Amino acid sequence: MNSSSVLLGLAGVLYGAAPIMFAVIGETITERAGIINLSMNGTILLSAMGGFAVAVGTGSIVMGFLAGALIGALVALVVAFSSITLKQSQVAVGFVLALLCRDLSYFLGHAYISKAGPRLITIPLPALSGIPILGTLFFKQDVMTYLSFVIIFLVWFWIFRTRPGLMLRGIGERPAAAFVRGANVNRLRYLYTIIGGAVAGLAGPTFSLSVKAGWAGPLSGLDGYGWIALSITIFGGWNPFRAALGVYLFSFLQWLGLVLQPFLPSIPTQVLQVAPFPLMILTLLLVNISDAEWVTRMLAAMPERPRRWMMKLLRTLRASPPASLGVPFESE
Amino acid sequence: MNKIRWLNFGFQIGAVILALLFTTVVLLMAGAPPLQAYLYIIKGALSSITNISNVLSAWAPLLLTTSGVLITFAAGLWNIGIEGQIMVGAIFTTGALRLLQNSTVPSGWILLIGFLAGMAGGALWAALAGVLKTFGGVNEIFGGLGLNFVATAFALYLIIGPWKRPGIASTSGTLMFPDKLWLPTLPKVQFSVWALGLGILVVILVYFLLRGTHFGLRLKAIGKNSKAALLMGVPTWQYVMFAFLLCGVFAGLAGAIQVTSVYHRLTPAISSGYGFLGLMVAMLINYQAIWAAPVALFFAALNIGGIQLPIVLKLDSSLSGVLQGILVLFVLLVEGARQRLFRKR
Amino acid sequence: MNVELKDIQKTFGMVHANGGISLKIPAGTIQGILGENGAGKSTLMKILSGFIRPDQGEILLDGHTVSIHSPADAIRLGVGMLHQDPLDFPPLRVIENFILGSAGGLLPDQGAVLRDFKKLAGQFGFSLDPEAYVDSLTVGERQQLEILRLIWLGASVMIFDEPTTGISTAQKMKLFAALCLLAEQGKTVLFVSHKLDDVEGLCSRVAVLRQGYLVGEAKQPYSTKKLVEMMFGKTISVGGRKPCRADKVTVNLSKLRVEDYRLKVRDVNLDVHCGEVIGLAGMEGSGQGLFLRAVGGMTHTVGGKILIDGRDLTGRSYQTFKKHGVAFLPAARLEEGLVPGLTLTEHFILAEEAKGFFINWDKGRLLAQERIKEFDVRGIPANTVESLSGGNQQRALLALLRDSLNLLLLEHPTRGLDIESVIYIWNKLKERCQKGTAILFVSSDLEEILQYSDQVLVFFSGKVTPPLDASTLTTEKLGELIGGKGWPESTDEGKLA
Repeated sequence: MNSSSVLLGLAGVLYGAAPIMFAVIGETITERAGIINLSMNGTILLSAMGGFAVAVGTGSIVMGFLAGALIGALVALVVAFSSITLKQSQVAVGFVLALLCRDLSYFLGHAYISKAGPRLITIPLPALSGIPILGTLFFKQDVMTYLSFVIIFLVWFWIFRTRPGLMLRGIGERPAAAFVRGANVNRLRYLYTIIGGAVAGLAGPTFSLSVKAGWAGPLSGLDGYGWIALSITIFGGWNPFRAALGVYLFSFLQWLGLVLQPFLPSIPTQVLQVAPFPLMILTLLLVNISDAEWVTRMLAAMPERPRRWMMKLLRTLRASPPASLGVPFESE
Repeated sequence: MNKIRWLNFGFQIGAVILALLFTTVVLLMAGAPPLQAYLYIIKGALSSITNISNVLSAWAPLLLTTSGVLITFAAGLWNIGIEGQIMVGAIFTTGALRLLQNSTVPSGWILLIGFLAGMAGGALWAALAGVLKTFGGVNEIFGGLGLNFVATAFALYLIIGPWKRPGIASTSGTLMFPDKLWLPTLPKVQFSVWALGLGILVVILVYFLLRGTHFGLRLKAIGKNSKAALLMGVPTWQYVMFAFLLCGVFAGLAGAIQVTSVYHRLTPAISSGYGFLGLMVAMLINYQAIWAAPVALFFAALNIGGIQLPIVLKLDSSLSGVLQGILVLFVLLVEGARQRLFRKR
Repeated sequence: MNVELKDIQKTFGMVHANGGISLKIPAGTIQGILGENGAGKSTLMKILSGFIRPDQGEILLDGHTVSIHSPADAIRLGVGMLHQDPLDFPPLRVIENFILGSAGGLLPDQGAVLRDFKKLAGQFGFSLDPEAYVDSLTVGERQQLEILRLIWLGASVMIFDEPTTGISTAQKMKLFAALCLLAEQGKTVLFVSHKLDDVEGLCSRVAVLRQGYLVGEAKQPYSTKKLVEMMFGKTISVGGRKPCRADKVTVNLSKLRVEDYRLKVRDVNLDVHCGEVIGLAGMEGSGQGLFLRAVGGMTHTVGGKILIDGRDLTGRSYQTFKKHGVAFLPAARLEEGLVPGLTLTEHFILAEEAKGFFINWDKGRLLAQERIKEFDVRGIPANTVESLSGGNQQRALLALLRDSLNLLLLEHPTRGLDIESVIYIWNKLKERCQKGTAILFVSSDLEEILQYSDQVLVFFSGKVTPPLDASTLTTEKLGELIGGKGWPESTDEGKLA
């Protein structure tokens, strides 16, 4: 393999990561507000099918993406309504929606299987795409990939630099305190859940109109990405930058699996494709392990200096969720 | 008191009606004739002895998975890893059968060993999720999901690799086992009384376990408040592990049944989604073991009834899944609405 | 701003939290609101600050009727409240907490805000690092931050709910100075407390609440006796100190070390005798809670030894401690002590040694009935625990304890309970002492510590005093120690205990 094909491969890693990026950033927004939207896997499939169907029907790729965002927002609305207004378990409703939306996409998408549809084209950015290496990596992509870059910075800026973003962190951490500071906690939670759902809803069309263009029902190979996105959100520690790192790491590992395939002929592709999962479990283990009982016990038994060192290491790795994640809020 | 019970019943009926309405809308969206679709589902489930026996064959593993997750739910755990636990159970069963099929061991014994291996496999995979949860702080939902993918990949590897059919390596499955390693069925139909008996036995077992034993009460205490349970002297992590193991054993049994009485080989989709479906059943019955058997039967009937839809109406068979999902969703929503209404008063 | 409350009523279920309260408070005064726990003070203040809506009644500010539907409304009208547990955001920075909730454009002007913050802080003599994270501050500092924030938002009526709980004496003095300054500036200050000393020392007027009603008002100079009578409706006599310490040592701690990510408790040596009560005093988070949990095997020690009844249990789990007769009652009853959703019967079955595989429900119900009667829990065996009142939950927790215990560890055993329950619970605890159980308890109520302990350990940011004889201690002395005064100079942490 020569260096230019490696470069193209890496550009492909960024391109292939775009849909998962939307899902992870969307979920990060939602969870920052204190709501878990576990329906992600269904959201991606249904918005992929819906986006594709609308794009085929209207002949407009833009309408396809809008449809995807709308579907994501609607599914999120169900999560918000059932958990905020009806106080039902977010996990239960999210899980049911994950399965339901998957089956819905297969059922409603039956007629669209193997239909020809539009596909996003690569738009090299003038001037920028001429930069050696970086140009190929970042500036010879399609619109959604560019958007996936931009949204990382945008959402980070919103959460950590703006006044409403401060309040967003507030309602996820301690809704009662946000309430006494004038926030309409539940209305904001609705809002951010829907926005997060809409962003995640872009993931589907980014698959079906770009990365894995077309619709093939269960054979589209999209089942599972939503669950991965949820794990990466945790790995990302609810920070868009760290989340982006997780997304690219995942995409890179998948690519690596494909690249290594010819050297390991005895292992089928499907097996190498799951290589990221054990790694995902491992990373979740790393970010969570400092909470485990035996770890504190072991730390307590260590001599002073290594203990300090270990605690520091574990704290850096650790990702602590918004304190009120999954906890309903009532103002009285 | 009686009036409230009737009112609650009314709410539940309302949820079912809403679910049917919504499904009808979905059918219309797909351009399908709703009444005919429902009719074909009912026909597909009940119209012949073969169909009924298929429903009963689907009921057995679903009973097992539902019973399993009732235990983990009691302990407050979302055992989403159950799909992988079924898979590994099936892999272990297949492995045991392959190992012994050419030996002189009587086939009854081979089957028994296969079942034991399946139980061990399911328990092993559940134990992994349990260890990740109790010693690694990894939420069982995400640990379980990851393990599901790993289990599927492992099965694929075996099917294409070491256990591939002579000549062809296809992802469709391993070579079929000889008849003597099939779980005995009733004459002419493909349905094993053994499998169903096992499922029903386990449901009854779980019902009594959760209702009348110290073990069940302690699990419930952990599920509702594990800190308090610990202070009251319940060894929490041991019980959590035990709940995982027990659920894994049942899931592994389901996997063994899929291998020995339904598919007679290992396929990548051997779980048939019964793990997730068991979670749905448990949610629908609000975690009350007493309703597990009838509702699981209903879901099994929907699953089988939907199989013919692609042929007769050119619809995707996932309609059954849609109907099941919508039903559970509306029961959850209506329950929420009911609680809200009573709170307001 | 002049504040007037007219016929404020609020019921929670069956309880009259406020039964028609009318009160006038002129601008520029510090108004004390006195009453024991559960008298309705907090409810009244939450109504004024928009946190709760009254069932009936009017609020007038400067003579105009106002409708306050939310805390946001209240702050817009100039009413701000400082909650007992400061309602702030521990994982955020001080300056972020300061900004959060203020009106303005999309991007806060950090520079200008910082200038305002420093100016205000200087005015009140508070030294807060704007870049520090709030979870690294003491409760007193978090109060200071809230005060600055409310003033910055333009509050002219400020409510302080039990602000002297959990802060040091020095911080209290600073707080009082700030409150006087606020009153001088013409702001109306409402000071809610159940502590007579604080109210008498600070407030120019006081209103006393009891069981949801305003029972009287008074102005300086106060007659303490009269205030007490108003608060409790009668002069109550609490049982005298009855030491029942035996010679036998049941718990022996040597060079015990515990730490968490902020605090180190070093080298505590302690002998606890059978029947002895030891109070652990200190402001919240000074190490006493950590120490208590370590003695029960719930937090891991990093050094030293714990001997229970002569056996070395260092490093063992809570289960092992429990087997050797140690029990722990947490402060958060519904969060850590009881299992919401389970009935009293189920709790008693859980707490008993499990015999056999199946539950004998009849026996369980009988046991529950028996214990409910013995401990005067107001409820029936089929009640779920969350349906009980706080006092009854605490009684249920006591009833759940096994009969013979070597050591009982209590976290704030009477926090939030009415006086009758307090006395009842301590009588029950003393009965246990007579049977030989030793008690270690944490409390932020100095009177409770002095009233019921034989010995007292005082904690101050991880430092620990040697056991002090409670009969020779005074509230003043104890208060000073808790606030970090009167500790031996230049001693190493290690040599103190």
